[in-house]
Amino acid sequence: MTALLTVEGLTKVYATPRGDLTALDDVSFSVDRGEAVAIVGESGCGKSTLALSIVRLVAATRGRISFDGLPASQFQHVSPRRLALLVGMVFQNPYASLNPRMRVLDSISEPLRIIARRPRNVAREQAAALLGSVGFGPETFHRFPHELSGGQRQRVAIARALALNPGLLVLDEPTAALDVSVQAQVLNLLADMRATHNLSYLLISHNLATVEHVADRVIVMYLGTIVESGPVEQVFARPRHPYTRALLEAVPRPRMGAQHGLARLPGEPTSAIDRPPGCPFAPRCAYRTGTCDSVPPVLTAGADGRQLACHHPLNKAFEP
Amino acid sequence: MTDAPLMTIRDLGVTFASRSRQFVAISGVSFDLEAGTVLGLVGESGSGKSMTALAILGLVPPQGAVTGSIRLDGIEVVGADKSTLRSVRGGVAAMIFQNPGAALNPYFTIGGQLTEIVMRHRRVGRAAARAILVGAFGDTRLADPELALERYPHQFSGGQLQRIVIATALACNPKLLIADEPTTALDVTVQAQIVDTLRELARSRGLGILFITHDLGLVGALCDRVAVMYAGRIVETGRVQDFLEGPQHPYSERLLAAVPRFGGPGRLATIPGQVPDASVARKGCAFQPRCQYAMPVCATQSPPVLRSANGAVVACHFPRNGASAGADRTGGTS
Repeated sequence: MTALLTVEGLTKVYATPRGDLTALDDVSFSVDRGEAVAIVGESGCGKSTLALSIVRLVAATRGRISFDGLPASQFQHVSPRRLALLVGMVFQNPYASLNPRMRVLDSISEPLRIIARRPRNVAREQAAALLGSVGFGPETFHRFPHELSGGQRQRVAIARALALNPGLLVLDEPTAALDVSVQAQVLNLLADMRATHNLSYLLISHNLATVEHVADRVIVMYLGTIVESGPVEQVFARPRHPYTRALLEAVPRPRMGAQHGLARLPGEPTSAIDRPPGCPFAPRCAYRTGTCDSVPPVLTAGADGRQLACHHPLNKAFEP
Repeated sequence: MTDAPLMTIRDLGVTFASRSRQFVAISGVSFDLEAGTVLGLVGESGSGKSMTALAILGLVPPQGAVTGSIRLDGIEVVGADKSTLRSVRGGVAAMIFQNPGAALNPYFTIGGQLTEIVMRHRRVGRAAARAILVGAFGDTRLADPELALERYPHQFSGGQLQRIVIATALACNPKLLIADEPTTALDVTVQAQIVDTLRELARSRGLGILFITHDLGLVGALCDRVAVMYAGRIVETGRVQDFLEGPQHPYSERLLAAVPRFGGPGRLATIPGQVPDASVARKGCAFQPRCQYAMPVCATQSPPVLRSANGAVVACHFPRNGASAGADRTGGTS
């Protein structure tokens, strides 16, 4: 497979009154054509900053992003109109991401008219076909967002993101606001759309079970850096970074029983303003040694397609 | 347990009426909550979970008509006067919400806004109230409890704020804690810490917890018993282990199948159709239009309330696992 999206050395520093906040520190990865890559981590790990800098809603401080044969020097100057044709985005909250004063069909035909420059009637036909493909009948085309449930709104948001036929969809916690039965519908829809449109996904999520359902590859972030990455089944079955394992252990599972303590990981992430000089995870890590406090571990690729940044990698299977 | 449950709810209903339509928010809700146990109240948005919680605290909006009975620690809450309700709220039952940031005033320090609550409920002076708060912060494992009183809400993380809110609720020594999706806004590792804290508090203080959630993983990890709501009614109650291994109601079965889980099937089971409109009067079982096992009787007659051998109670004509029409019928709902 060829890389659709390549991110190299992406860094984002926010200047704050208390000092520089490094939200992303030298992050590099790629997404292949047709591949679904998930980025997981806690609040403040930089996963949303990463997603937003790809669609240029955040201006990166340093780093290069190349896309679909466009070198970074060209991609960074692509017009917003052209960018919308390349990358689609679905946000977490479908209550906030749809225009409350636009009917569903208009929300989807508008980008087709304005950005793809389709004539009005063609745009409406295409929008109707898209709505049909995400499971809406003609009776819903002229409804307003407030007349739809959360799951229906998220399906409209997905249809709109697909309208311009982008190669990559950036999905920022697409099911976090939905009920479990509706979440299942949306996850199934995402799987169908990926197959029929030959799409690539960059999924931002903190729900590891959702990640397992949607993604081929997972990238685990902590305090603005990648600590581990690799194929989802392998990383979840044999996590090598202590942080990945702690994340997996914290997931409540229906059959675990109430006698089982959930929390293995004490505390919360360190502030991104006062980053530790060594490994960012060291202050919370059970395997910490003197090296971890002074030497930042380097993200190193193994032969098995996995990457790891840890001085003391784990090597045992994870059984929930 | 031999003595009466901490809370007994029987045939609770909340109805809102306008000139043209009647909106039944909840009806026929019956369940018990024992001291020292955690009951998970599960259901989708609009199923009536939060309305049930509001009714327990006497906080149903005045347009709503409340019927039935809620006995909480010997006090009847339905129809109680204002002074009784004031002693129930905070004193007997406390509630925490999804977004702890919204529960605190950003303009005041933590101590500045919470000390008076404790002074009023515990009838103590300022210094004693501050000491109680510091102790409660310690119980919920908040770091640096003394310093916390002098700081403002924005200086804490979401997980820390939720600890502060839980501690404040507990500082008034309630017997029941109602937690409405308290970990939805938190990271999974922080959620794990809060869940462990809540379970510890239930065991060590004999606190009864009504844990409202739509996360069945959390139900398995925290709760002793579960009550499943659908369209304003309880469709199933029982022990969590029995519920997870053999759900009785078809809705519970579908809900469990829809949860994405590790190593699960590639395609998730969904529940076709939508939650019914509460303003439309209906005959029969509310889940019938979406139920794969529905028979003609389901559309015409309200489901019987059946009890299975393991104590699970289900409102269904054709329960899935064991509870049969031959089992004894229990009261409460009709």
